[in-house]
Formats: sequence, structure tokens, C-alpha cells
Amino acid sequence: MIGVTHYLVLSAILFSIGIVGVIRRKNLLMLFFATEIMLNAANIAFAAISSYSHDLSGQMFAFFIVAIAASEVAVGLGLLILLYKKYGTLDLDNYTMLKG
Amino acid sequence: METFAFYLFAILITGLFAVTVMSRNILYAMTSLAAGMVLISGLFFILGADFLGVVQLIVYVGAVMALYAFGMMFFDATGVVRENNGSPFLVFLLGGLSAVILVVIFAAPVIGHNVQALYPPVEGATNPQAVGLVLFTKYLVPFEVAAVMLLVAMIAGIILAGKKMERSLSSTRDEELLETSEKEMK
Repeated sequence: MIGVTHYLVLSAILFSIGIVGVIRRKNLLMLFFATEIMLNAANIAFAAISSYSHDLSGQMFAFFIVAIAASEVAVGLGLLILLYKKYGTLDLDNYTMLKG
Repeated sequence: METFAFYLFAILITGLFAVTVMSRNILYAMTSLAAGMVLISGLFFILGADFLGVVQLIVYVGAVMALYAFGMMFFDATGVVRENNGSPFLVFLLGGLSAVILVVIFAAPVIGHNVQALYPPVEGATNPQAVGLVLFTKYLVPFEVAAVMLLVAMIAGIILAGKKMERSLSSTRDEELLETSEKEMK
């Protein structure tokens, strides 16, 4: 029988995959994908706890996480397009204007 | 049956997201991410959170992935992503360590006993009805704030992505067409 621990462990594994993506990637768009993976892992944990403790608060938090992810994508893609128009690349190593 | 479905979804989601993180082609990464999102909504349906599963399908797969796909038309997405990492070993060591720590934390038994449900589902109501009852009574103010935040994000996205759009190739061509047609009219 599947318990809440199964879902939490799955959520932890997916979150770690997202962390590996954030550490490993040099492309800004790939960093956004890794962020989406981490947000989805948190959503799975919220939904599992909400379902197994018969409480709807977890699902509410998952809804707000979805809303935040949508607005993050809208603003972040706008900034990415501006950066790409200015520098012609999405590689993180080229954005060194703040380098001391 | 539930066990089988859970393990099937879990293995598929983990594999697809690993492809997203490891793939060097940005189109493969986006496609596997979208497929993983669809399967995550399957997990929500197993958990009985029907409305959350539908929202996941509509917002993530429908809106966010479409936004990424349209945004990628601005970039040269077909090329292979150049990755020059100093030490991939360190990355996987750090990722594995964080995975082990998180799994140990989540697999630990819960000690607290007086955890009680604040908003239990209403008797006899389906999941969307119960979600609506809680969302529009207890979480009304955060809901409205989220609506305003989405509006601000939409305007910010339009303004950020729309800068210098008037110099694009298509609009200048239209203006030239208009000017030539006006000259012809005169």
C-alpha cells in the first residue's frame, strides 16, 4: 500500500534532480526548466500531505504555487528575451558585467 | 492497482525529468519536461486532488509550456547547448548528498501527534466543490492578491518582451507597404 512517505520520497528525489539541474546548467533557459521541476516537486509533497491528512490547505498552497510559477515564467521569459536581444546568447558565463 | 500506477508514474516522471536536466538539446529538454508535467497530474488524480490535476494540466502543460515554446522562437533553440563544467563529479556529489539528506528527512517518522486538519473536506462534496468552498471563504484574500499578481506579471511580460518590437522586420515592411500605397493613391 502506498503511504504518504512514498510521495514525499518521490518529491525529494525530483527536487534533487532540479537542484542538479540548477548547479549543472549554464544556459539560462535550462535553469528555468530546473526551477519548474523543483516547484512541481513541492506541489507533489503538498498534494500528498493534503490527501493523507484530509486537509485542503495543502491543495490551496499548491494552487498558489502554480499561480506564482505562471507569473514567474511570464516575467522571466520577458527578461530572457531582453537579455538575448542585448547580448545574443543565453550562456551564463557571458553575463559578467558585474564582475569585479 | 494504486501501487502499480504510483510506481509507473514515479519511474516515468523521474526518468523524464532526468532527461530534462541531462539533455544537451533544448528541444528534447522542453518536450520531456512537458511530458513529466502531464504524468504529475496523473499523480494528483491518484491522490484524489482532481481539481489540482486539471489545473496542472491546463496551466503547466497548456500555458507555461506554450509560453516556453513561443519564447524559444526568439532564441536559436535548435543548436546544441554548450556546457563547459569544471567538475561534473562535484555536481553529482552535491546533488546526491542533497537527495540523500532530503530523503532521510522525509522518510523519518512524524513525531507530532496533535496535528489536526484545519479545513477538512465537506461531507458529500466532490473535490472541486470542497476546494471552491475553502478557496472562496478562507483563502479569498490570497486568491485576489494572486489575481493582481498575475495581472502585474502579464503587463510586465508584455512590456519587457515588447521593447523595440516596432523595429521588427514585419512592421517596417507594413509601413513601407502603407507608404507606397499612399503614394499610389495620390
